[in-house]
Amino acid sequence: MISFTVNGKQRQVDVPPEMPLLWVLRESLNLTGTKYGCGIAVCGACTVHVDGTAVRSCVTPVSAVAGRRVTTIEGLSARGDHPVQRAWTEVDVPQCGYCQSGQIMSAAALLARKAAPTDADIDDGMSGNICRCGTYQRIRAAIHRAAALKKGGA
Amino acid sequence: MTTLVSRREILKSGLAVGAGLTLGFTLPRRGRAQTPGVFMPNQWLRIDRDGVVTITNSVPEMGQGSLTTTPMIIADELDATLDSVKVEQAPANPALYKNPVTGSQSYGGSRGVRDHLEMWRKAAASAREMLKQAAANEWGVPVESVETEDGVVIHRPTGRRLAYGQLVDKAQALAVPQNPKLKTPDQFKYIGKAVKRRDTPDKVTGRGIYGIDVQVPGMLVGSVERCPVFGGKVQSFDATATKAIKGVKDVVQVSNGVAVVADNFWTALQGRRALKVTWDEGPIAQVSSAGITREYEAAAKQPGQVARNDGDVDKALASGKVYEAVYQVPYLEHACMEPMNATAQVSRDSCVIWAPTQNPGGTQATAARITGLPPEKVIVNTTLLGGGFGRRGEIDFIVDAVETSKAVGAPVKVVWTREDDITHGFYRPATYNVFRAALDTNGMPSAWSTRVVGPGILIQKGRAQAGTIDPAAVEAVRNMPYDIPNLRIEWNNKDLGIPLGFWRSVGPSQNGFIIESFIDELAHAAGKDPFEYRKALLGKSPRHKAILELVAKRANWGAAMPAGQGRGIAVVFSYGSYAATVAEVSVAPDGAVKVNKLVCGIDAGIAVNPDAVRAQMEGGAVYALTAAYYGQITIDRGRVQQSNFHDYQMLRINEMPVVDVQILDSGEAPGGLGEPGVPTVAPAVTNAIFAATGRRIRKLPIDRNELKRA
Repeated sequence: MISFTVNGKQRQVDVPPEMPLLWVLRESLNLTGTKYGCGIAVCGACTVHVDGTAVRSCVTPVSAVAGRRVTTIEGLSARGDHPVQRAWTEVDVPQCGYCQSGQIMSAAALLARKAAPTDADIDDGMSGNICRCGTYQRIRAAIHRAAALKKGGA
Repeated sequence: MTTLVSRREILKSGLAVGAGLTLGFTLPRRGRAQTPGVFMPNQWLRIDRDGVVTITNSVPEMGQGSLTTTPMIIADELDATLDSVKVEQAPANPALYKNPVTGSQSYGGSRGVRDHLEMWRKAAASAREMLKQAAANEWGVPVESVETEDGVVIHRPTGRRLAYGQLVDKAQALAVPQNPKLKTPDQFKYIGKAVKRRDTPDKVTGRGIYGIDVQVPGMLVGSVERCPVFGGKVQSFDATATKAIKGVKDVVQVSNGVAVVADNFWTALQGRRALKVTWDEGPIAQVSSAGITREYEAAAKQPGQVARNDGDVDKALASGKVYEAVYQVPYLEHACMEPMNATAQVSRDSCVIWAPTQNPGGTQATAARITGLPPEKVIVNTTLLGGGFGRRGEIDFIVDAVETSKAVGAPVKVVWTREDDITHGFYRPATYNVFRAALDTNGMPSAWSTRVVGPGILIQKGRAQAGTIDPAAVEAVRNMPYDIPNLRIEWNNKDLGIPLGFWRSVGPSQNGFIIESFIDELAHAAGKDPFEYRKALLGKSPRHKAILELVAKRANWGAAMPAGQGRGIAVVFSYGSYAATVAEVSVAPDGAVKVNKLVCGIDAGIAVNPDAVRAQMEGGAVYALTAAYYGQITIDRGRVQQSNFHDYQMLRINEMPVVDVQILDSGEAPGGLGEPGVPTVAPAVTNAIFAATGRRIRKLPIDRNELKRA
């Protein structure tokens, strides 16, 4: 049994310790908002927060998060109103939307580190996340908007 | 009101919804038209006594926004309030939901709006006329004296009002008008306005259900080990080690390989690694990229089938200096972010499928064939698609799920790995193209010859007759817009057996690049401005010319640029729409290319949702730029050499140019939008590279080594 916190709730799973966190979240805990894209940490679709830091869950053995705090897209905010989610909605970022959970989790982690990220900060913080629909221009605009929302701007 | 279709289907089936989401067995909905208290004039909409309008969307949501655009069109003509209408995804039922133009319930070719707009408007307008008639009858007034607004019929002279919900029983009893009066564009309330996507809230919270997220009670998860060589077959396999893994439930041979079925995907993958399969690799094991190129080169020396022949090209070429060039493009894979997958529940008398498919009709037909069930016993639930781009019109991943479920007697979700996806796709054809042209004394082309060598997608799939000219292979070449007196287009079919597919914009994806590059070469050879040169040749193509002029003006064409930077331009018609792009690029001394800005113009006749149009153009630009920078699938002994995003790279945010989308509402018939944004981008970029460096890129992807300055 491996115990860890997911979206504020204590969870226990009986799975092999090397099983990636991604599949534990998706298949053991039915948290399907976190997506599988590549399995080798190069696309970012599986991004979650572990103790507040963005990690690629597809290459994170579940044993590595024992006793730690995992946040998924489902737990980013209670009502889907995290500043990043609000900005994403305002800008209408998603197309197919498959990569967007990962994009949003990366963006939220970026904003937690940098309250007012520059374009260069966004390049650094977001270049691990692939969007095949090509929503990058809107992602950039939405991150700037989220920074303003977080600051309390209108 | 923003709940996604997949969830609504679940709600309707009365099963639990939430984190532990479970999809249940869904029965076909029968006799809906006869449901009391429901006004259902056609299969596209219904209204209940509470006034709730439910719109059926037949076009799968693959990111293009059909869950928003379809209700916009119907709600506008119905005069319903868009925010309050419900939307559900159509089941597979080609008799009801086929595309009226193609006749099939399969969606590609950027056909969502352009093929359905008129039909949906008529469907909604006839419903509105019936509601008006029902109210007029109720009030004993002429129908001409009533009007509609936001779901209410109004008689202004007396101020009387009846909500649609109050009229459903009376309206249902009326005859359906076949030629209802449509709104004039000035009466549109939603069409032409930027409307927010309905699916965004579910897509920013992780609630949206894609095929890969589907769960069915008792479901197992499978993954198929495939022959690394295209067309290879299982000779034998040893599953002893696989079956010893805890959680592996079964191992079965299917058409596409050996399926390992387990409690979960991770275990199924472990099972695949432990499998020992002996493959009969078949004849494609002899095929490699170098050999394909040699075959193309040899074929390029032979005359091809003539797709177009104006004037006398040979005579005109013999009369002056001949400009020659060879253009090559590679195989490309779609790389949808959601790997291929499907879920099937096959039982003795039914088959239920949940799939992220562009092809519900083909899915149903395929499952019927495999199971031996009549099509109406095959229920297809189309989930959200994590990208489509043409890949999800194929049915290979449906076959995996149906065969596996049938074999193990349980519901099974078959999930592909990214490696499966890259190595077992249906590829945009690699082609080899020989150009020859002569210029007249004014520098304008007097002769133009293009010989295209490559395979035909439609012929390979049996959708065009062998020995004929594959329309997809010569699309955007045969109908190139430039007015040239002597013009010949040939096609030499050379198919080495690599599986082919419809890759976002298909033929024009490569033909736009080659035509728009060579015309640029001729402009420079003539010492003329590439924009003015094109314009002078577009006398018979006013819509090409208009969109070209729009982007040139917007991009400040002709203004000076710093050293190492350049502008390039291109214009291509595809899928009913006219698109043009101006690219601004910088090329560093080490050959690194940076696209700083793309001005992308589109004339799709009418922009139903301008913000969705912009999104499709932005996305098309990224799709094209990704291919121009990185896209290349190579073959070694019948095997794809790339396997994941580390060696089949995608454009990332740090490489994203500013994309400035310009919409030209010409008022013409609606054109497509998913694809037309793609073909102009690569040639605009490589033409800009030429402007910046004097180096002509004739082979994609762009080789930065060729652009290094010593």
